[in-house]
Amino acid sequence: MVWVVRAEPALPLEQPRVRRSARTRVVAAIGPVTVLAAVVWTLFQPYRLTLLHPEGQSFWWLAVEPPLLIVVVGLLFSALVAPGLIEDLEDAD
Amino acid sequence: MQPSAEFVHWLFATGFLVLGLCLLSEAIVGPEVWNQRPWRAYLWPGTAFLMGIGMWPVMILFTNSTLHMVAHSAWAQVLMLAGGAELALVRGRLSSRYWHLTIALALVVSGTASLVHEQNPWYFSRSAFIHHAMGWILITGALFPLARTFRPRSFVLSAGFAVTFLVVSVLLYSHRDVADIFGHLSPAAGAPHR
Repeated sequence: MVWVVRAEPALPLEQPRVRRSARTRVVAAIGPVTVLAAVVWTLFQPYRLTLLHPEGQSFWWLAVEPPLLIVVVGLLFSALVAPGLIEDLEDAD
Repeated sequence: MQPSAEFVHWLFATGFLVLGLCLLSEAIVGPEVWNQRPWRAYLWPGTAFLMGIGMWPVMILFTNSTLHMVAHSAWAQVLMLAGGAELALVRGRLSSRYWHLTIALALVVSGTASLVHEQNPWYFSRSAFIHHAMGWILITGALFPLARTFRPRSFVLSAGFAVTFLVVSVLLYSHRDVADIFGHLSPAAGAPHR
């Protein structure tokens, strides 16, 4: 019996890296930077996040928490706006 | 159940943050790319229009003074006018570029209303400081949409317009009903909380 060993991989191990333009990188960074800003704010003023100490808080203190609102905006931007915008930008470039 | 004023300021700060991020993205990629998908073209004018609608309950519920009611209703009207005009421009119902001037008008009216309805001096409390600062930023920021009407492809003007909203958003998020500003708080403002 003869065993044949093929040395080359069936698929290239690394996809060729697509270079992104500076504009694409900036658009991709907007959402994460927004979330990061909220996280940094929370580190400096943890009392602004009533979720960390919810006992005895009224409805509005639990429903409207500025750092959380900013996180939500950043995540929604990253999930809904940025992907399509980057796609259209790369097509245009 | 009615929220205190600071919650309303934070909710509107979120609206201004959405506006700022959308406009900043549009400035970076350019209007051609931004408007490629119809829903994206409607995003920030629609947000501005909805914020105008949201100002009406504020006008009805927060009746501290006649000046407050006049200021809030003026904000509601100019936000709806600017948002509506931009929506109509995107839709093609309006075509003259001069309709973009409604945004500059909205900023000037909003800034003036913010200054007029704040009766206390800058360092009376944080709320007073924010209303004074916001008023002048909005009036100064009106220069960006004013100039952008005539130079719509200018990155500096578009980015400046977006940053105006982001700065207003930061100011509104830092609003508190009674809190000090740089160590100043008038005894007449009441006792600070948290």
